[in-house]
Amino acid sequence: MSQRAPLLDAFLSALVALGLFAPMVGLETTVGVHGIVLVPRPLAVAALVGAVFVLRLAVRLWQARRPPAPAGAGAVRIGRAWAGMGRFLVPVLLAAALLMPWVASRATIDLGVLLLTYVMLGWGLNIVVGLAGLLDLGYVAFYAVGAYAYALIAENTGLGFWSCLPAAGALAALWGITLGFPVLRLRGDYLAIVTLAFGEIIRIVLLNWVSLTGGPNGIAGIPRPTLFGLRFTMTDDPGTFAGFFHLVPSPVQRQMFLYYIILALALLTNWVTLRLRRQPLGRVWEALREDEIACRSLGINITTTKLTAFAVGACFGGFAGAFFATRQGFISPESFTFMESATVLAIVVLGGMGSQLGVVLATLIMIGAPEMFRALADYRMLIFGLALVVMMVLRPRGLVTERKPSVTLGRGAAAIPAALIAEGHG
Amino acid sequence: MSTLLELAGVSTFYGAVQALKNVDLTVDEGEIVTLIGANGAGKSTLMMTICGQPRARAGLIRYDGAEITDLPTHRIMRRGIAQAPEGRRIFPRMSVRENLLMGAESTGQRASEAEMARVFALFPRLAERHAQRGGTLSGGEQQMLAIGRALMARPRLLMLDEPSLGLAPLIVRQIFQAIRTLNRETGLTVLLVEQNAYQALRLAHRGYVLVNGAITMAGSGADLLARPEIHAAYLEGGH
Repeated sequence: MSQRAPLLDAFLSALVALGLFAPMVGLETTVGVHGIVLVPRPLAVAALVGAVFVLRLAVRLWQARRPPAPAGAGAVRIGRAWAGMGRFLVPVLLAAALLMPWVASRATIDLGVLLLTYVMLGWGLNIVVGLAGLLDLGYVAFYAVGAYAYALIAENTGLGFWSCLPAAGALAALWGITLGFPVLRLRGDYLAIVTLAFGEIIRIVLLNWVSLTGGPNGIAGIPRPTLFGLRFTMTDDPGTFAGFFHLVPSPVQRQMFLYYIILALALLTNWVTLRLRRQPLGRVWEALREDEIACRSLGINITTTKLTAFAVGACFGGFAGAFFATRQGFISPESFTFMESATVLAIVVLGGMGSQLGVVLATLIMIGAPEMFRALADYRMLIFGLALVVMMVLRPRGLVTERKPSVTLGRGAAAIPAALIAEGHG
Repeated sequence: MSTLLELAGVSTFYGAVQALKNVDLTVDEGEIVTLIGANGAGKSTLMMTICGQPRARAGLIRYDGAEITDLPTHRIMRRGIAQAPEGRRIFPRMSVRENLLMGAESTGQRASEAEMARVFALFPRLAERHAQRGGTLSGGEQQMLAIGRALMARPRLLMLDEPSLGLAPLIVRQIFQAIRTLNRETGLTVLLVEQNAYQALRLAHRGYVLVNGAITMAGSGADLLARPEIHAAYLEGGH
């Protein structure tokens, strides 16, 4: 490498930064006397471009001074570190999740509910994508089915949240199987396209079946969940939570209750997934992800394997949907766009497909970080994008890529990063 | 000896292309039968047709006295046929132990530790590496794993598709020795698809030669080895 190469590289990076930042940062729209006017901000752009130049130069010079590490060595080191960290990270995260509502503010509990909803969706989709290897771009469909199932059943029969929850899950699972049948023969890209279309079909049906779903107006007044029949209201009647326990009614009580419901539902999803992974069914899912043809040659029934993966994944999506409906009290097709599917899929992929801990960490980054940096206003999405790029560079196969064997004898296998192992081709 | 597997007039097509032409083949209980032929002769197609993928468009396939021509693949395999597919196709991210358990999955019974112990006894290398990821094994070990995985279903008929593919001669000898041991000690019936004609014919009791989807020769292993046309077509180049 010549002496000028780092300089040239840094210059090119600065040029790209100029192209990006000039319109994004360099022009500010403000309300003037005669409408909106554009205010140029050359100094801000210059500062950013300068920062990019200096940083890029520093990175290149640093790289030049250090000999390149042997391929994969970094992956092994990071893999080990994660595997060791996982052991105490899980109890810490769990304890934090359990205790958080007692110390946190209302806004934080609200954020916790949002995070846990995505964790649950991520864990549900992880069954389909991470374990069974079926790329599903329409997962939001099951979320929608669960939400509408609960809303409609509750509205028409007067049943409560807890009675409707199994029905919402079952209906979503049914739709999972309905989606599963036509896509049995599809794999990879083709499967992705069909599932994407399926998600859209569900949303468009919800939008147009006005007599049942209310169309774009959605469904309002969805009943809130109760604790063994005790309602959470702002009064202290005997039938309410506050009245029964002689507490001062407060909206925080309902929020904490909702928080613990979604925490329990999410942990249920996780528990079932972890259990299934140790069962023959879960192992077959993983084998299917690794190599479908090998599965066929072993006499494994591919049809039931795929359908159960779709059904179980969809069922948890349905539970999450029912929770969403009861939390919001109002649902409309707008909440179930492709963007939701993409976000949940991004969580699963960023987390490292098939990793339960990875889903949690990815949710914290994907959902938590943008919420927390709301104070940064316009720069929020910029930082978010930067974080994603950095992650893809450092951990191209996701945050947690180690796969623990579901059966071990004695000490068990050393964690081997996925980066060092070839992918199966089905 | 009773006939375990019988193909009568089997023809298979890929679309309009006929891959198998009126194939007749029998495998008796306790036999090692090999099917040799050049690349693209239809050896793997024949094996896959027995498994029902693709289905035979004409002819009959009988296994253990019952017709299996139109059964779904997983039902066929459940009757006691197991195969180690071409290219081994082990599950790379799963451990050796998990790979083996997958072999017993189709039987619907709980995976037996005794069966795994037998596989480990046959291939001690697998026992040493039981906790290792399948993808980190060497080619020979992966082939052992593929065979071991097939054995986990406790098959009566083991079908092997080119187990020698891409392996060093020493490893090939080890694997063929293991097949011989299995056949002698447990009476396992083996259908072996091979390009390595010399080794395969020396191992097998009987052999078939497949050319362009049709059986052109059949006979005992020693008999076929002695034929000059076999020599010319498959054994030139010094095996």
